[in-house]
Amino acid sequence: MASIVAVIASTHHPFYYRASTATGDDRPPFADEWTRKILAFRETLTRANPDVLVMVGSDHFHQLWLDNMPQFLVGKAPFYDANWYNEEREFGLPRMTLRGQEDLSAHILRQGLDAGFDLAFSNELRIDHSVTCPIITLRPEADLPIVPIYTNIFAPPLPQPKRFVQLGQAVREIIEGWPSHLRVAVIGTGHLSLELGGPRQFGPHGPDPEFDRRAVEWIASGDIDNCVREVTLDSLHSPGNATHGFMDFMLMMGVAGAGAKADYVDTLDLFHTMEAYFTWYPNGAPA
Amino acid sequence: MSKYLLNKFLFTVDRDPELVERYREDPRELVTWWEATTANRLLNCVAAEDSTWQRFDDAEREALVTHDHVALFALGAHPFLTLTLFIAMFERDNTEPLEYQKAFGARLTHFALPYPDIAT
Repeated sequence: MASIVAVIASTHHPFYYRASTATGDDRPPFADEWTRKILAFRETLTRANPDVLVMVGSDHFHQLWLDNMPQFLVGKAPFYDANWYNEEREFGLPRMTLRGQEDLSAHILRQGLDAGFDLAFSNELRIDHSVTCPIITLRPEADLPIVPIYTNIFAPPLPQPKRFVQLGQAVREIIEGWPSHLRVAVIGTGHLSLELGGPRQFGPHGPDPEFDRRAVEWIASGDIDNCVREVTLDSLHSPGNATHGFMDFMLMMGVAGAGAKADYVDTLDLFHTMEAYFTWYPNGAPA
Repeated sequence: MSKYLLNKFLFTVDRDPELVERYREDPRELVTWWEATTANRLLNCVAAEDSTWQRFDDAEREALVTHDHVALFALGAHPFLTLTLFIAMFERDNTEPLEYQKAFGARLTHFALPYPDIAT
């Protein structure tokens, strides 16, 4: 059976690519520290030597739209073109093409449906920065096949937080039951407290540092019980109007497992939002 | 009131560089054209399958025509869509980094939680 060699949860910050590649007067003062942290985080994936990446993210109104909005969607395609005009325009993100791993996509869809998750699917999916940001930070060679899993954290009505955890738990079991010798890493990105298009955006820190502190503690310690007890669809409005992206972290806590202490934890307090990086090794840390 | 149609406007304009420029330069022309030609387009279908019932109410149309992102927030337009399109139109006028983004937020400081409902 396949093995999950790493579970990785991270914020996705579309400004990283531009900040880390900028030089001279264009290079922001925080770029060097940010790059150092990303290189250390990248090493946690490299050490696990994965063959396939399952990528959990959320389309930001690029391909998925309000006339036909899935809650959870799995890509099943041989290739995924990536990044969109408005992401090139605002963030300077490059266009990319990633290979797909269709056998694992089919396995996740079949087994997920049979486990009670009515997953949508797409055979032609252009992915966005929720997936390409972690490719850029963690595997910039973009050389491994992927299975994208999109969640709706964006267009209410949204699934309940516990449903994200449950889907993560199911994804863990489903991948571990995949009849394959391949080594799988599951990588998901979301947000801590975040405000977009509201009065608290682009402040000197994230909009709710206290929420961020508690969130990092829940994730790092695998404290699913307290997280699910305290986080509701209503409560997530309070830390910032885009904080529902935290539910992708909750999905990844489900993949990592209840009580699973992260093997690697790092954070970076930036303007606008806090960055956070977590890695678990379900089968023990690689040598 | 149609939060959906406001979002559809923001979504379809934001993804098209030509429309972004037209909206910046002549918002009344662009909004009038869009409501006549695109409001009823079913986006993944041919024109023969257009919808028949989409239109802005006066407050929505006026908010779009006047580039009034504060009114759009109050009307429940999706703030991510509004922010992204307005950055595309006006960030280029910045004299320092994030100047437009910070001013955008500052114009919304009179909103307290709960913010206007964005559910469609």
